[in-house]
Amino acid sequence: MYTYDAFDETFVTERVAQFRDQVARRLSGELTEDQFRPLRLMNGLYLQLHAYMLRVAIPYGTLTSIQLRRLAHIARRYDKGYGHFTTRQNIQYNWPALKDTPDILADLAEVGMHAIQTSGNCIRNVTADQFAGAAAGEIEDPRIWAEIIRQWSTLHPEFSFLPRKFKIAVTASPNDRAAIAVHDIGLKMVRDQHGEVGFTVYVGGGMGRTPFIGKEIRAFLPKAHLLSYLEAVLRVYNQHGRRDNMFKSRIKILVHEIGADAFRERVETEWAAIKDGPVELPAEELARIAEQFAPPAFETLAAVAPEFEMRRFEDRAFARWARANLFPHRQPGYAIVNLSLKPEGEPPGDASAEQMDAVADLADRFGFGDIRVTHEQNLVLPHVRQKDLYELWQALLPLGLATPNIGTVTDIIACPGLDYCSLANARSINVAEDITRRFSDLDRAHDLGELKIKISGCINACGHHHVGHIGILGVDKKGEEHYQITLGGDATETASIGEIVGPAFSAARIVDAVETVVTTYVGHRAPGERFLDTYRRIGMKPFKDSLYATH
Amino acid sequence: MAPQMVTANRLADGVVVYLAADGRWRERCADGHVVDDRASAAQLLATAEAAVATCDVVGPYLIDVVPGDGGPRPQRYREQIRAAGPSIRTDLGKQAEGY
Amino acid sequence: MPLIKDGEVVADVWMHAGDEGPLPPDQPVTVPLARWQRERASLLARSAPLGIRLTSDQLAPEIGADAGHFAVIVLVFPSFRDGRPYSTARLLRERYGFRGELRASGDVLRDQLLFMQRCGIDAFDIADKAATAEAWRQAMAEISVFYQPASDQRVPVTRLRHRARAAE
Repeated sequence: MYTYDAFDETFVTERVAQFRDQVARRLSGELTEDQFRPLRLMNGLYLQLHAYMLRVAIPYGTLTSIQLRRLAHIARRYDKGYGHFTTRQNIQYNWPALKDTPDILADLAEVGMHAIQTSGNCIRNVTADQFAGAAAGEIEDPRIWAEIIRQWSTLHPEFSFLPRKFKIAVTASPNDRAAIAVHDIGLKMVRDQHGEVGFTVYVGGGMGRTPFIGKEIRAFLPKAHLLSYLEAVLRVYNQHGRRDNMFKSRIKILVHEIGADAFRERVETEWAAIKDGPVELPAEELARIAEQFAPPAFETLAAVAPEFEMRRFEDRAFARWARANLFPHRQPGYAIVNLSLKPEGEPPGDASAEQMDAVADLADRFGFGDIRVTHEQNLVLPHVRQKDLYELWQALLPLGLATPNIGTVTDIIACPGLDYCSLANARSINVAEDITRRFSDLDRAHDLGELKIKISGCINACGHHHVGHIGILGVDKKGEEHYQITLGGDATETASIGEIVGPAFSAARIVDAVETVVTTYVGHRAPGERFLDTYRRIGMKPFKDSLYATH
Repeated sequence: MAPQMVTANRLADGVVVYLAADGRWRERCADGHVVDDRASAAQLLATAEAAVATCDVVGPYLIDVVPGDGGPRPQRYREQIRAAGPSIRTDLGKQAEGY
Repeated sequence: MPLIKDGEVVADVWMHAGDEGPLPPDQPVTVPLARWQRERASLLARSAPLGIRLTSDQLAPEIGADAGHFAVIVLVFPSFRDGRPYSTARLLRERYGFRGELRASGDVLRDQLLFMQRCGIDAFDIADKAATAEAWRQAMAEISVFYQPASDQRVPVTRLRHRARAAE
């Protein structure tokens, strides 16, 4: 894990002082709200439906136990005892007072954290595979590059007033868990035919009003040139991205309007001029950052721990949890453990201060103090010995963190929706809660296999509905909440944008409609076939027919 | 014209507030001053803008309200949630304080 | 609008001319890009210094090759949210070698000054009438650690760290 050095500490401390001064100038009236808004947004502070909302950056979703305890402390001291983990692997607090935010940022700075660039028209928190450093088949730890990008983009003087926000994701596994296809820039680590490591670069993906899958603009970028290439992409976007219409100002529109080939040409021309220039990362700095992501001191263990096998055999509930929530680790005898933040009938992604403290303790006890946040709004202990899994599971049960539902119909992504968000048209959390109640039978949920439901309360798509196998979009119809269903979305390496199935359903009917979709799938699936694959095979029509059948 | 009142967020802590007849900002929607003609609405908004200038509140705007048992309440769904608190956490927000 | 240059409030000696109309023979003037393009020869024939004003959509390549003709290039920020002039400034400095005064004008606010200065802007026509040299110095001093190279002379931490190590 990256640990701040004296330079980083000085920087975040100065940044807190700067924001303290900006808040003081706002409270005194020296700054108008119009002038203050971009400043507070660059420190992750929004004004939402009920109150301010502070979004704290969790770069590439990696936390130490010390940091997680500090997040719990902030929830207790300055907020209402909980936080909400987001689809950008960040955490949001829903009730902070403006006058307290400099103190919150000061508390964060003490543990090497901040809220910089979690909002605003700048380069946002860089996301990465939550299983980085643990999953098999990874080319390099993608967090090395995410951290390099984080630092390069921090208060970038040229790119802090872009046409619109800008999101970058990095993955180094063949299985894309970072949704790179729906990012402004998606970076996939690859090896070329000579074994050299670099990136395939995708640009112009995104969701929102006009969803696009990112276009490949470079098949292989040697990793040493990452920063010059990113600078070239951002410079082309900063100069040519649309600024006349907020809904057309993301890079995806520029790429779409001029075409991927023309965009690539502009980037290559710009890149040729700055390649090998001062922006390239010095080799010794790459080495300094890389060494901080060295693997922890794993023990040499047998591939399978007999204790683990025995417990799985004896305890059906444990076996169920192990099947759903564990992921294979590259190190023999270890497992990657997903802690579900999707218990039945609760807001997806919310965690109480007590849960955060407890997870921090468990991470210290069982997992090198390492915690990850997933873009699907769960937590992960990436390095747990198999022989400790039963004890860990027993500790997670009373905390409400052992729901065995990862990747299933109840592991729902949902944005805060109209319960918190001033942009939303409809609520989303209640829909998620109702779906988890409807599918609360664990055997049924497991029988349904991998099924990703993603819910957004408005077209901004924070709940990633476009890439849900079943996507749900809240719309306002004459002052009433309605929900539109999309089918066939996918955020992984086989990414696709979901298709709208038909007219929206009322709040009273949406859960029934989801169940109808699921039942239709069950009626058509081949043995072992996932929902997404059935949909891709049979198409929209059977679903449409069952959803809109006249009774 | 539908009856209206002015709402905003308090600058220092972000709490949702409503402009009362005495020119003060109250946390309960029911305490807000209701007007039902355009001139009074404009007047109310002007009062609110003055409170923006003095850094008391931010982002004031008019909302439609309807009469209720406990006084006026917002007409639109969004404003009802804003006046009460999150519908999925009734232990939080103004609803938790008995508003 | 106070003009701050080299850390001090200074008088603006430049006349900012419109798209047409007579120019004073001996005073430094700035003209909009269109006028430069139209009256290039007569503008170059004047004896007094010449400057140009670029709106935010007029990008560096439009005058890059001519940059040497200008003593001042004014980059107009129509709104502080319009970030195009930051790229224009860097390109004029780093690619086209412009060494004259690069002036920010328009919606120029204290909290953007450091970004502007890092992109090579060295004169600031600040929107706040009450802006002082002291406020400018504070804005420059708020942050001392920089994570990327730009058009200024500050050494980014990516290099500083290793200087510090080498010196250990």
